[in-house]
Amino acid sequence: MFEDGSIINELFIERLNYLIYVVLLLIGLHAMIAKNNLIKKLIGMSIFQTAIILFYVSVGVKEGATIPIYLPEHDPHGSHASHSDGNETEQSNHGPVVLDAELVKGYSNPLPHVLMLTAIVVGVATLGLALALCLRIYQGYGTIEEDEILAKIEGQEMGTKPSVVVKSVDSSKPATSQSAKPASKPKGSSSPSPKRSKASPRTKAKATSPTTKAKTSGAKPVSPKRKAAASKSTTTGSKKSPAKPKTAASKSTTKAKPKPRAKPKAKPTARAKATSTAKKATASKPKPKTPKK
Amino acid sequence: MKKLSLIPVLLVGALLIYAAEDFPEWGSPSAPASASPLSSHFISNTGVDTEVPNMVTAVLADYRGFDTMFETVVVFIAGMAVLAILKNSSGPNSKKKIFHIETEPDIIVTNTVRLLIPVIQIFAFYVLAHGHVSPGGGFQGGVVMGASFIMIALSWDLDTALARFPVERCTVVAGLGIILYGGIGLLSMFLGGEFLDYAELANIFPVSREMARYHAMLGVEIGVGLTVTAIMFSLYANLSTEGRLKGGL
Repeated sequence: MFEDGSIINELFIERLNYLIYVVLLLIGLHAMIAKNNLIKKLIGMSIFQTAIILFYVSVGVKEGATIPIYLPEHDPHGSHASHSDGNETEQSNHGPVVLDAELVKGYSNPLPHVLMLTAIVVGVATLGLALALCLRIYQGYGTIEEDEILAKIEGQEMGTKPSVVVKSVDSSKPATSQSAKPASKPKGSSSPSPKRSKASPRTKAKATSPTTKAKTSGAKPVSPKRKAAASKSTTTGSKKSPAKPKTAASKSTTKAKPKPRAKPKAKPTARAKATSTAKKATASKPKPKTPKK
Repeated sequence: MKKLSLIPVLLVGALLIYAAEDFPEWGSPSAPASASPLSSHFISNTGVDTEVPNMVTAVLADYRGFDTMFETVVVFIAGMAVLAILKNSSGPNSKKKIFHIETEPDIIVTNTVRLLIPVIQIFAFYVLAHGHVSPGGGFQGGVVMGASFIMIALSWDLDTALARFPVERCTVVAGLGIILYGGIGLLSMFLGGEFLDYAELANIFPVSREMARYHAMLGVEIGVGLTVTAIMFSLYANLSTEGRLKGGL
């Protein structure tokens, strides 16, 4: 299996350093592409960087060579050179000499080391900058999950025009918080724009309740508002698996909207109401459609 | 999405593995990185040109001095950008998470650190100043020095460290490092050479042209060390407190 010339031998013995660098690079690249969490993306970037550093250093290895620092016998100021009087500036007596080709083979190339030395320090500085940006994003949006941030940005852009609030519900598909927010807006007109719900678990808990509730209540046809239709359209548009509970949530909020007029105590936020109904619904009829973690 | 992203990743991986076929073998002396004329020039001539035994330092600060100067500028700009981004940035989500640490710093930790800090700082100076003849230099010494301040902040609290090295002073010191580096370059330019051509400094200092390069490299490394020290600590102070520079870890 490991005889000369076989591909296994080639890959795992002779060129193991390249294999390791490729694997590390791919781990970093995949993390940068696929992860939603910005911090995880940064970790991927650091792994990617490590792969490049490993590549440079492993290319710079030279068999039978030592580190690129002169040995004492070649040192311009070493014991060999300074036996005359120890005065460094005097070069008439000894002076450093140009190494001949045979001796050059004894030292590895300093250039890859220099490049990686600066790359590491600059990498630390840029990583710090990236972390600062992440902090700022977290302060602004309350999350560092990329899809949630995108949903919030979309919601903000649409939310600037009051006439299109309903549409913003449609367009912001992945986030339940988005659909819940505008729904609560018209009824709780006294409270200016309820805070964005921050944690996804909460929205998910909210999401479960309406599904069960809608089912238990005999799936009463929701008033043919644009919102309901819109929430349905989000099911098709949403890309992730928790899409179903989410759309149901938006549906329920629309449906529940007329009710709170009668019950003002349930007004404060849609969230509280939803959680309470969630408890009720789960108690009455536990469904397999539990929130995904 | 995750499945989809695997496609380009694996494609890149396949290409890289395919290309690895043409890469030089491990440790081969005939590899381009080892057999290039540039490499042999550095190895054979560094001693004559600069009298610096550590070729890495010579290449870093002299042959590639221009590159290193702007690497330092990149570090400086990154530090300034972090300051600018996090300054007055306490958003609605950050206000409720101000940590107030009431407990006294642990006596064992602080006394151990009290003993360690001088050693660390002297070692940082050694790494910086001895970078010509042993592994080391401005970047390494600066990082060790910055770590000593971070250690103060970790074992007491950030206010204690900031009392010794305020962030305003960090900015000044980091700028001084750049000015020192660029100043040495400009000085050699005014003396008739090119930018960062340290050999011209022999005109005003009583040393040979080679030793002028040797000593100018030390000055340049000190500049790098100042910048890196200040930026490392300023990065820590800003990131650990979200730019408030009080409380935090």
